[in-house]
Parts: sequence; structure tokens; C-alpha cells
Amino acid sequence: MDTRELHDCRNAFAETLEALADQDANIVTVVNDSIGSSKLGGFRSKWPQRLVNVGIAEQTLVGVGAGLANAGMIPFVCAASCFLTGRALEQIKADVVYSNANVKLCGMSSGVAYGELGPTHHSIEDLAWTRPLAGLDIFVPADDVETAAIIRHVATNDRPAFVRLSRMGVPSLLPEDYQFEPGKAVTLREGNDISLLACGVTVCRALDAAERLAEQGIRARVVNVSSISPLDQQTIIDCARDTGHILTIEEHSVRGGMGSAVAEVVVENTPCRMKLLGFPEFAPTGSPEWLLDHVGMSVEGIVDAAQALLK
Amino acid sequence: MTRQKLATDELPRKCREMRRTIVKTIGDANMGHIGGDLSVIDILGTLYFHVLDIDPQQPRSPQRDRFILSKGHCAVALYTVMAHAGYFPIEELSSFIQPHSRLNGHPCNMKVAGVETSTGPLGHGLPVAVGAATGAKLKSEAWRVFVVVGDGELQEGSNWEAAMTAAHGDLDNLTLIVDRNRLQQGDRTQDVTSMDPLAERFRAFGWEAFEIDGHDHAALAELLERPRGSGLPRCIIANTFKGKGVSFIEDRVEWHHKVPTAEQVQQALSELE
Repeated sequence: MDTRELHDCRNAFAETLEALADQDANIVTVVNDSIGSSKLGGFRSKWPQRLVNVGIAEQTLVGVGAGLANAGMIPFVCAASCFLTGRALEQIKADVVYSNANVKLCGMSSGVAYGELGPTHHSIEDLAWTRPLAGLDIFVPADDVETAAIIRHVATNDRPAFVRLSRMGVPSLLPEDYQFEPGKAVTLREGNDISLLACGVTVCRALDAAERLAEQGIRARVVNVSSISPLDQQTIIDCARDTGHILTIEEHSVRGGMGSAVAEVVVENTPCRMKLLGFPEFAPTGSPEWLLDHVGMSVEGIVDAAQALLK
Repeated sequence: MTRQKLATDELPRKCREMRRTIVKTIGDANMGHIGGDLSVIDILGTLYFHVLDIDPQQPRSPQRDRFILSKGHCAVALYTVMAHAGYFPIEELSSFIQPHSRLNGHPCNMKVAGVETSTGPLGHGLPVAVGAATGAKLKSEAWRVFVVVGDGELQEGSNWEAAMTAAHGDLDNLTLIVDRNRLQQGDRTQDVTSMDPLAERFRAFGWEAFEIDGHDHAALAELLERPRGSGLPRCIIANTFKGKGVSFIEDRVEWHHKVPTAEQVQQALSELE
């Protein structure tokens, strides 16, 4: 049983966004009837005019975001990640990325946060769908501190961005004075036997697994790959060269996500033994925690996978 | 804005000249959507030379009116009207779709200053226009947003999402013009998915809607410039003919993106004298 205090990163998202919006009247939010699930009730109370609710209409949601950017505003487009990226993917491609519109796409309740609601509501394809869009920054915060840092970064940077946000409780991992740097993977624990590369809600599990591995004399390096695009190639190459073994752990399909991105770098630069942990197929129904455990991303599952990779 | 505008009685001559440019550009490039380019050019000519508050020398001025060509396959018509308006030299049209040309087969805002958003896939322009009009309202800016869609394009559901959003937002700074040429790529729209009664449908969605001859510059200008303040977004159904102005192209399905032969180009140009 985890006794640490767990945080819903959406709270850090909303608090940070409100603080920024207080300073910059150009910041607006666009939702698809998702005010509650995006934690924007406070934003709406303060600035009712600056929250545009287009209703259950994701294609228009993203198009309206692009139009608001054309008008000189900084729109945060917030919707469940499965519908935002899936249903409006072409709008994301043409209206936002190819048009270089200053839109901040916020994929809420991503991964298997809606575990019990089943695969239609799981968002384990969103990284695979968005990653080929060169020009779109893609960030997956690991905790509440990094969520706040990433929201501050995207708000003050005029590039299109996709921020993938969960609603699963995670402990605070990063120091309060943490500075987010796009294109930089953050090494959270040193080690030279194997590298555990994780993003989002699996980072805390990777750290716990490294602790268990240390008890067995295995020194695991743990890296938080929160910047999926741009990707920190050098840190990945260093992991492959220094440890010879890379295990990726992500709340996403094993096809096309962070692990695939890492594998692309490894195979072209420093081929090494790799194993990708993630969802191999549509997930069953169940709580988010249970689902991660079920497909081998419990702390024990990660330890087992690391040991198997080292054999 | 400083651009000199043309009187409505000067627009027919300008649009005939632009029709010739379209035919030549498509003939030279051996590619283009000639039918739609010729149906929409009177609408674009009226907008760029009479209605829009724009300055080709300052294409990104924050105070400019916004125009979005949602039917992005008619890029040649847009490039033509922009070139004639002074956004770039008319001679550059000869680079259309050539390797590394900024004049893509579909318009890209990152390549051509003055194009507001990249279009091509259908059903994208109206939602973006709704966002821009919403932004103008939020900022209490007076500039307006105009968007042209094809009638076949209205089969895309995203338009109707956006139509609902526009009405809910009281966007009377937004004007949608439907290039109602009644043909789509493969057939008459009537034989694919009928959209009649189109004006009634927009009214039912909370818009004010008008139906006019889309080749009548004075009628277009009057409606496009009619004062606003109704609280309703405005839809102008502009009845046009695909391929308008060239006898053997006009109102024929097969000329959606068929390219005229050199002989046909000459015949078309002589008809457009």
C-alpha cells in the first residue's frame, strides 16, 4: 500500500492555468462540455467569457482553438484525450500543426484513467497518433510539479503543443524548484546496469522498481522521458551505451508510443537490448491501477521484466 | 487599411481577367480544380477588391478582416485573386505546384502570407472562422470574418457543429458564403446527398440566410457589406455555375479537376476576352 500523498495532476494544471490567465488576458480555454473533467470550474467562475464551450463537437473544438489563435489569443483546448486526439486528429494536423497555430491541446484523463469505461474511453493511442506530426511539441508530465512547469512553459511559448494529462493519483517526485526544459529527459536515479525509461504515471512505479532492484544488487538508472517531442536523443544514447539494457514503461500502447520513440533512437545509434512495457492490445475493463498491474507494469512486473532483460 | 477598392461595376472586368489567369495557370501547370475555381472567382473578386478591409503590404496586420477559403482545392482561384490584389507578383503563379513552390496544390498559411489557415481537407474552414470571430468578440475588435465553403463540402458534419457553435455565440461578425455550384467531384450534389432547402437549414440552425446569384457582383457586395448587429451569423448562398465563363466547362461534372488541352486553353481564353 502506497502511503505517500497522491495528487491528481489536473489540480496543478488548473491552478497554474488560472495563475497564468490572471496575468495574460489572451489566455482562453476551449472545452467540449468538459469543464468538470478539465477542472475548469474555477476558470469559468473568474472569466466566464474566456471559457468557450463548443459542446460535444471535437472537430469544431480544435478548429475553434486554431481560429482563436489566429485572432491573437492563447487557447488551451481541453478534452478527454481519447476524443481530442482521435476524433479531431485531422484538425490537429491541418488547422493546428501544419498551420502552426498557437494552440495548446490538453488531453485530459489520458491513458487508462477511464479504466472502467473500457477501450473506447482509454487513450493509449494518442502518442502514436500525434508523434508523427513534426512541429507539435508533446509533453507527458510525471507529477504535479512537472505538470505546473509544463503548463507554464507552453503558455509562454508560441508553438503548438499537446500536453497529456492523467487523473490517476501520483506522488510528487520532482523538487519544488524544478525547471522544465523541452527536449530534455531527466535522470531521476543513477545506475549503470539497466535503464528504466518511463513517462507520466509510470515514472513513480519505475522509481519503486529501481529501489527493489537495488536490494538485489542491480543498479537501475531511471529516466523521466516527459518530453516525447522533441526527444532527448543524447540521454537515450547515453543510457544504451552506459547500461546496455533499456526497459521502457508507459501507460500507452506498445506500438507507437514513448517506447517506440526510444527504440527508433536506439536502433539508429546504439543498438542494445530493449523491452517495451505498455498495453499490447485493447485493455480489459478495470481500475487504472489494476490495468497497469495486469499488463505487467506493477512494481513487481517491472522488476521481473528488468531481470528477464538482464538474463 | 490603405488598399484601393474597385467599384462594383469594375468587378466584372477584373473577374474576367482573373478567369483568364486561372485558365492559363491550370493549363501551364497541367493541374488544378478549374470548375470550382471558375465558380468561386466572382465571390473572391468581390471580397478582395470591394469588401475586405485588408492591406496586401501588411498581410498580418492584427486589424485585418479575415478570409478563409475552406474549399482549399480551389487554391488557384485564391492565389489568383491574391496576386491580382498585390500579395505577390502575378508572374509567380507560373510556379504553381512546381517543386518547392510556395503555391501548393492547397493553400498553406505558413508559406503564403495572407492565407489565414492551411486548408484542403473539407469541413475545416468554418470551425476556424468561428474561432477567429469569437476571438474578435472577446477582444472587442471590429474586424470581420468571411469564409467560403463549397456546397458539396457541407456534407462534412464539422460544418454543422460549427454552425451550431456560431449561432450560440451570437457571431454576427461572421459571414459564410456557400459557393452553390451544385456539382461535386463525382456527381451532382442532388444525386449524392441533397442539401435542399439549404437556406432553411441554416435558418433552422439560428443563422440569417440569403440566396443570391453568385455571379452578380453588385448583389454580392450589397449583402457582404450590409451592416451587422443582428446578433446572428450570416449565410449567403451564392448560386453559381461550376466552370462559369467557359462554354465547354460550365456546369459539367467531369471538369472538377480535368485539365484543358492547349487547344482548349486557347478557346477558353478567347471566350474570356
